[in-house]
Amino acid sequence: MSQASRAKQITDDLLRPLLHTTWKFYLGVSFLSCFVLAGLAAWGYQMYNGLAVTGDNWPVFWGFHETNFVFWIGISDAGTLISAILRMVYAEWRRPVTRCAEAITAFALTIGAMFPLVHLGRPWFAWWLIPYPSERGIWPNFRSPLTWDFFAINTYLTSSLLFLFLPMIPDFAIVRDRTTGFRKKIYSWLALGWQGYPKQWHRLELTMHIMAIAIIPIAISVHTIVSFDFSMALVPMWHTTIFGPYFVAGAIFSGIAALIIAMAVLRKTLHLEEYLLPIHFNNLGKLLFTMSLLWGYFVFNERLTTWYGNEPSEMAVFWTTQIGTFAPLFWTMVFCNFILPFPFLAIRKLRTITGCVIASCGVVVGMWLERFLIIVPGLSHKPLPYSWGSYMPRWPEITIMVGSFAAMILLYTLFSKVVPIISIWELKVGEHYEHQAAKALGAAEEAGEVV
Amino acid sequence: MTHRWGMAVDLDRCTGCEACVTACHAENNIPTAGPEEAARGRAKHWMRVERYWEGEFPDVSAKFRPVLCQQCDNAPCEPVCPTYASQHNEEGLNIQVYNRCFGTRYCANACFYNVRFFNWGNPEWEKPLNLQLNPDVSVREAGVMEKCTFCIQRIKAGEINAEAENRELKDGEIKPACVQSCTANALVFGDLNDPESAVSRLAESPRGTKLLEDMGAKPKITYLLRETWHESSVKS
Repeated sequence: MSQASRAKQITDDLLRPLLHTTWKFYLGVSFLSCFVLAGLAAWGYQMYNGLAVTGDNWPVFWGFHETNFVFWIGISDAGTLISAILRMVYAEWRRPVTRCAEAITAFALTIGAMFPLVHLGRPWFAWWLIPYPSERGIWPNFRSPLTWDFFAINTYLTSSLLFLFLPMIPDFAIVRDRTTGFRKKIYSWLALGWQGYPKQWHRLELTMHIMAIAIIPIAISVHTIVSFDFSMALVPMWHTTIFGPYFVAGAIFSGIAALIIAMAVLRKTLHLEEYLLPIHFNNLGKLLFTMSLLWGYFVFNERLTTWYGNEPSEMAVFWTTQIGTFAPLFWTMVFCNFILPFPFLAIRKLRTITGCVIASCGVVVGMWLERFLIIVPGLSHKPLPYSWGSYMPRWPEITIMVGSFAAMILLYTLFSKVVPIISIWELKVGEHYEHQAAKALGAAEEAGEVV
Repeated sequence: MTHRWGMAVDLDRCTGCEACVTACHAENNIPTAGPEEAARGRAKHWMRVERYWEGEFPDVSAKFRPVLCQQCDNAPCEPVCPTYASQHNEEGLNIQVYNRCFGTRYCANACFYNVRFFNWGNPEWEKPLNLQLNPDVSVREAGVMEKCTFCIQRIKAGEINAEAENRELKDGEIKPACVQSCTANALVFGDLNDPESAVSRLAESPRGTKLLEDMGAKPKITYLLRETWHESSVKS
């Protein structure tokens, strides 16, 4: 196949989801919207009646909402980070993967950032976190980890959206040139006057270089600061130095798992079998395996030091998770995060697309449980045994949680409908490089330089 | 000289009668939760009497420990609040500014005494109980935290009276509701900045100890250990 016809095929294949819509799309979107609306309704119900309708109580003041907050911020942590690292090291196989990953960050972070609002007693005052010049001279308390959170998440959200948007500009221009009417107007606006001049390419490349480097410390810091929400408080098994790296590792771990699942679904539904290849799943599977081992190492460290230290209030939390009330959840977590993924990711024959997806589903469940097991057992076993308690979620929290998952899938579906989910221009650049290399090799062979 | 309010709790005198709990509810407009909500952990008791059983049957004894906000000098609830709703006043009290609280509940997690309470819903009183509300204390709406204030309304009233009469406050003149209602005189309230006050002297007692002292919060409530425990430990 000639280079030109191959390029045309790429454009056609990747623009197909934007230009052709079947009834399945509308059915899926309506189905997901029902759950999202149910979640929003539950939130409204909770706001109207107060947090009395949730399972939160004295002494477990944080439950499902905070678990979901940490979980979604965790999922969001991987996308941009992976994309930035792969771009920085010029990993050629990254090309079809980066946009899928960056989009996960954008949506998971938006959903995650909603949960601090959902959990507030009086969410209509959330703007007090903004340091605006108040007539009473009151600022937010900069000593509070929750204030740090506010800034960390907003910084990451802004930079991730930019990081997602910048490489979309040339693709918007492609769509602009292929559409008519109202859509052409929107895409012209989004393409920001892109004409493909060398100067424009040069600027885009330079900006992406800078962003890729700058976004790595931001991604690390955001989940470290989320971990500070817990490790700064003197709650048994919260107050530990391991939490920063532990949360970041867990975040990347769950984020890669979400990426693998998203890619597998996109591959099937949008018929991208020629673009999302087994090699991509294989490579991401290896990365997931590394993170699984790292996660296991962190858990072992955390548990061993607690057990060896034998501090009474910490041991109460330790035993309730090891053999007590929370033990079934704890061992399910260990199974999902470590035991289940191990064979699928460690054995090359099993590290297929299906194998990676099975492991990833386990990891997503396991990492959700991990967030829950960090928050709740500590709060229910604070130092005075008289004030020990427990926690059981009630329907508003569960509905809001289901709604958040539906919202993630819905946003992703809509996104893949209006933006080429695989970067067209980046793929073409990759093909061009390959072609050049093949040509150079051919020329060398002809000249008799290669034996 | 500014005051520094503190309390001493004599564990030897406490009979576990819970008069202090009842008085606190009445004084501070704390609604009761009802059995179902209480079972869900929604009961609010700014003052509680913790009961622990000691020994094996039949040699069992009940030990009581009244627990309220320890008014820590180094309070873990204060720095974590993003809006300064939880803060220190000039008399060393940990105050909660209801209007400034938007309900993150972080302070409650950070407090290892678990003496902070959240308004899960709006407070309700069955008629005619609404008529017995204390007009000196605001009721708190859904979504804000609340906690023991050392009956700040009584402290302020006492200070204003003394100033109007152009005199110094007398030791024991101000009594929070729990102290006033304690039949066994187990609770003593006063100014820790006055070395002659009863509470200052009790704070210096060899029986004196602080709750979870090693956590470093510097609580201003002194617990006086039981003499029985003290003697037996000295003997052995």
